[in-house]
Amino acid sequence: MIGEAGVSILEELFSNFWVVLVLKTAAVLGFFLVVPLGVGYLEHKVLAHMQARLGPMEAGAFHGWAQLVADGVKFIQKEDVIPAAADRTVFSLAPAVAMIPYITILVVLPLSESAFAENLDIGIFFVMAMSSVSVIGVMMAGWSSANKFSLIGALRAAAQLIAYELPLVLAAAGVVMLAGTLSMVGIVEAQRDLWFVVPLLPLFVIFMIASLAELTRPPFDMPVADSEIIFGAYTEYSGLKFAFFLLAEYGGIVALSGVASVLFLGGYLAPPGLPIPGPLMMMGKIGALAFVVIWLRATYPRLREDQLQRFAWITLVPVSLLWILGTGFVKVAMS
Amino acid sequence: MATKPSEQIEMGRGQGLLKGLAVTLKTMLHRSVTVQYPHVKPDLPPRTRGVIALKEANCTVCYMCSRECPDWCIYIDAHKETHEPAGGGRARSAKVLDRFAIDYALCMYCGICVEVCPFDALFWSPEFEYAEYDLGNMTHEKERLEEWTYTVLPPPALEEGAEPPDEEPAAAEAAG
Repeated sequence: MIGEAGVSILEELFSNFWVVLVLKTAAVLGFFLVVPLGVGYLEHKVLAHMQARLGPMEAGAFHGWAQLVADGVKFIQKEDVIPAAADRTVFSLAPAVAMIPYITILVVLPLSESAFAENLDIGIFFVMAMSSVSVIGVMMAGWSSANKFSLIGALRAAAQLIAYELPLVLAAAGVVMLAGTLSMVGIVEAQRDLWFVVPLLPLFVIFMIASLAELTRPPFDMPVADSEIIFGAYTEYSGLKFAFFLLAEYGGIVALSGVASVLFLGGYLAPPGLPIPGPLMMMGKIGALAFVVIWLRATYPRLREDQLQRFAWITLVPVSLLWILGTGFVKVAMS
Repeated sequence: MATKPSEQIEMGRGQGLLKGLAVTLKTMLHRSVTVQYPHVKPDLPPRTRGVIALKEANCTVCYMCSRECPDWCIYIDAHKETHEPAGGGRARSAKVLDRFAIDYALCMYCGICVEVCPFDALFWSPEFEYAEYDLGNMTHEKERLEEWTYTVLPPPALEEGAEPPDEEPAAAEAAG
């Protein structure tokens, strides 16, 4: 039992700005280090079974659950090679620049009405800004590697991001118009009656497609097309730095799946009549969307660079603009 | 068969994308075909060419196998023994096998030795776990080859309506 004095000490401790900051940072970092590993394992297993294989079965006692832990240990042991002609500082900073934006997106991701690190008033704006920082890391990696394949990959990644950032932001803008707020918790609360996926289904589809492109996930993985440019901007990376890029990719899947479920699938809200706690609901939705991302990878071949650009500018942007226009009309007519 | 452009249009836009998703999902829900090899032994068919086994009792040291072998991987050493028959008369001679070895580092698994053996002393066994760390250890002597005869599988049953092998009518005739 904690006495009266103990309680007041605890209260004082938890109202201290720095203590709370450290705790929040630790929680977000822990989330970032654990959940993407879960998604990575899911990808191993789902991809394998979609190809009539079993996937990892040996690491750990049960169905290879520890495969990614073993991979992590392997990456740490590997030699950290930096090419002789590389720009060493930029080369070493690039993995961090690619990874940190996805950690910061998790800061505003609400797991329930009260479980979030920070409820920014400009939540979704912050998410959009951060998600486009990541490509700078990819550009840094491609440029500093002193390798033509890396450079081509980085430029492809940049071109892709510019093309798909627009539909991503437009899709989010439609949601913001309906919700009337930029705050992530506010957007979820605005869906108490109706999840936005119902009135904004095309925007949800566009958001998911643009997210895939943003993460350079198949079928939009032209920047890392292995048969043409080896592994794009990551070609020269090895060891822990390479692992950081992989972690950024899986962290990105978690972050953008989380954002998509907040924007369109009611975030932590359970379907009416189901007493499922918020965090569980939110994790379930992130898992389901991550599964869809993996499913698409197993199914579709890679788009060619020109098809990829054409699809963004000729299909996604006009459709999302039209839908926003329609949403605006309905919104004005209803008020 | 190539589809005409007109037929492709009839399928409807985006239908192929959905079909692809259905295929991968269906595959995922089916049991995968992987055999977890070191834990589960594979179920090999009777005619598997794993290793060549020697039934020493059937061998007459005729050297047919070693002469036919394309890459000379079979070693045979033998000597001649004579013994007097119990009822008296001319001494009878017989060949005795001293060494029979197959160098599996050389063997190319053509199976010609098994085919030419006139007295059914050589067999295909499905056994395949005889890897060695040293190339020199790949030469296996007749004791090891004899052990492998215990792993030889019975031949598969004939298909319905197939002609019986030549030996069968001949044996039936001999038996009367």
